[in-house]
Amino acid sequence: MTSKKAPARKGPAAGSNTAPTTDELIKYYKDMLLIRRFEERAGQLYGMGLIGGFCHLYIGQEAVVVGLQACAKPGDTVVTSYRDHGHMLACAMDPKGVMAELTGRATGYSKGKGGSMHMFSREKGFFGGHGIVGAQVPIGTGLAFAHKYKGDGGLCVAYMGDGAFNQGQVYESLNMASLWDLPVLYVVENNKYGMGTSVERASASTDLASRGQPYNVKTMSIDGMDVVAVREAGMEAVEYIRAGKGPVLMEAKTYRYRGHSMSDPAKYRTKEELQKMRSEHDPIEQLRHTLISMKALDDDGFKAIDKDIKDVVMAAADFAQTSPEPDVSELWTDIIIAA
Amino acid sequence: MALDILMPALSPTMTEGKLAKWLVKEGDVVTSGTILAEIETDKATMEFEAVDEGRIGKILVAEGTENVAVNAPIATLLADGEAASSAPRAAPAAAAKAEPAPMGVPAPVSTAPVLAPAAETEAQNSTWKTQTVREALRDAMAEEMRRNPNVFLMGEEVGQYQGAYKISQGLLDEFGEKRVVDTPITEHGFTGLGVGAAFGGLVPIIEFMTFNFAMQAVDQIINSAAKTLYMSGGQMGCPIVFRGPNGAAARVAAQHSQCYASWYAHIPGLKVVAPWSAADAKGLLKAAIRDPNPVIFLENEILYGQSFPVPDTQDFVLPIGQAKIERPGKDVTLVAFSIMVGKALKAAEELAAQGIDAEVINLRSIRPLDTATILASVKKTNRCVTCEEGWAFSGIGSEIAATIMEEAFDYLDAPVGRVAGKDVPMPYAANLEVLALPQVQDIVDAAKAACYR
Repeated sequence: MTSKKAPARKGPAAGSNTAPTTDELIKYYKDMLLIRRFEERAGQLYGMGLIGGFCHLYIGQEAVVVGLQACAKPGDTVVTSYRDHGHMLACAMDPKGVMAELTGRATGYSKGKGGSMHMFSREKGFFGGHGIVGAQVPIGTGLAFAHKYKGDGGLCVAYMGDGAFNQGQVYESLNMASLWDLPVLYVVENNKYGMGTSVERASASTDLASRGQPYNVKTMSIDGMDVVAVREAGMEAVEYIRAGKGPVLMEAKTYRYRGHSMSDPAKYRTKEELQKMRSEHDPIEQLRHTLISMKALDDDGFKAIDKDIKDVVMAAADFAQTSPEPDVSELWTDIIIAA
Repeated sequence: MALDILMPALSPTMTEGKLAKWLVKEGDVVTSGTILAEIETDKATMEFEAVDEGRIGKILVAEGTENVAVNAPIATLLADGEAASSAPRAAPAAAAKAEPAPMGVPAPVSTAPVLAPAAETEAQNSTWKTQTVREALRDAMAEEMRRNPNVFLMGEEVGQYQGAYKISQGLLDEFGEKRVVDTPITEHGFTGLGVGAAFGGLVPIIEFMTFNFAMQAVDQIINSAAKTLYMSGGQMGCPIVFRGPNGAAARVAAQHSQCYASWYAHIPGLKVVAPWSAADAKGLLKAAIRDPNPVIFLENEILYGQSFPVPDTQDFVLPIGQAKIERPGKDVTLVAFSIMVGKALKAAEELAAQGIDAEVINLRSIRPLDTATILASVKKTNRCVTCEEGWAFSGIGSEIAATIMEEAFDYLDAPVGRVAGKDVPMPYAANLEVLALPQVQDIVDAAKAACYR
């Protein structure tokens, strides 16, 4: 969050159109590193059999959600798909609660009843975590409808992948959001593969952002591996949306280092392609070099951050392993609210 | 030779209408396409055009006349030089021809109440008025929208068009475009939008023009609306009402004639409601809007124009999950919902004439199912017949039969009978449609079989 002060409804938000401060850059670095380390640990716990079912890691894509959530304000809402751990951490949800949900424990955000793909925090404005590809897009549009209806000045950031971007309900949403000038930022995290199918094999036109134009939706296409670029674009987008001008569709070009899920050997792409992205475009390494060249942090500074984050993730992993499973009575709760 | 101009049927379910206004007068020359009159149907005011050329002879039905039956002569049309006194000949097949009302479906009544006010116990202290189901649904929405500013109505043609079936008539005028939202034809999209708005703190009423179209959106209803409360450990309540006509209308064939009660009743996390009378419609819709859960509200197009007594109070709310005994009896229990309640009551009359005293249960709610009322009745009558328009396979009747078998096996003196729609897609032809739908006689036959008569 760039500013605790509520900016005016019209005009630039505080901090927009300005370069991030050194402190802000360090915060983005920490936020991205937390997601990276958290996901690595989740992968390890999955390998140990402590996390079951589907588990989709966000490693490689950290700059997208960190850069965009840096533009959000308290009261804004977020919704995303099943590759959601990074989004929850970027929404300041407690890593312990997220990891405990992954292990199916009572202390998880959904009391162990949702798992990796289905987590929520009303308090943090995070509305899931949805397992059906594309379903989160009209839901995010509805959250934006509620912001406008209530006049609370908030907006919704609705994330989806390039795979979801071929679902019909995405275009139904773009149409309605544009018709009614809803305050929603649609973010397509184009990591080049919808599961094992490349964008080229799935999309008749690979210029994904251009698909907003028939709906008169403002479109943007950005380097999603560069957190500073993401933040800058995000500031422009939220300023436009908060001015009541309607939705924005942003394509963030990014890359996931791991397979689609834990069981995916990712044979549909070459090792060279992956290695090139890791060595030349890694979002965390890029920002690390920036911070070094700015002399914002020295070796000790980086080491201290590494240690802090390692401690946070270890504590989350411990918590997730030592928390109890949900009481058997939980089987029958949260189905219907007593009227 | 003079030609009769007949009262036209202007909707699939129209059996009568109001001749609102004549736009021609006796002696006027008309050609094909001349607008003759304005006709008020059960859904809209329509212009009625001439088909044949000629001169208006005699106007037989004055403007402002209500309840003019379809196919009744309303004027005569004279050929050139013909005198107004010429006797009309039979109308040619090309003239506006009414579709036959499906047999066994009670014609909409506009005056006589169907059930006695004394039968209704929920609002003993209130006075009663006669309302159509259509008006009751509108009043329920209007009252709840006045009561809670977060309630809004969204769907196709709900606003400027005043509702495809006129259910939302007048709501746009009172509540404005913010709260009565016309959508594009985009069921999957606006259903998901509604779910998101409900997560975001609003109380959407999502109207499907018919529940057949909700199939486009069923993922959002089941995977998003019904399951998210559980998947979020109780954080994400979804207070939303999905409503619209369900089941067969008249002559609209397979894709527009299906009962979805058992589909939605299958899902934990949903409530499913199916009103029969106008009082049911009013009290249950208000309850559905106030309910913190997703509620599937199954209406019936043929019932929209039927009139019933309704308590004349804004506080008339019926509890979801409670059935109503519409007719007490001791020999056999007839369990029905929606339009089948009317048919079950008719069957009970016929059975009474044959010496069988049937008890008729109006379920009102499908889920939660009021098994206590069903079981108490079966323990009294020892016989049961279920009545539904949907297919028998995995139907509501199957669920009721299984429940009775599990909970009241020793009380049964005969197998539970299931009256249901035939196991075929709905045919278009009038004679086949009648065969496909469960009729009063089917209920009579099943009840007699259960009584070994």
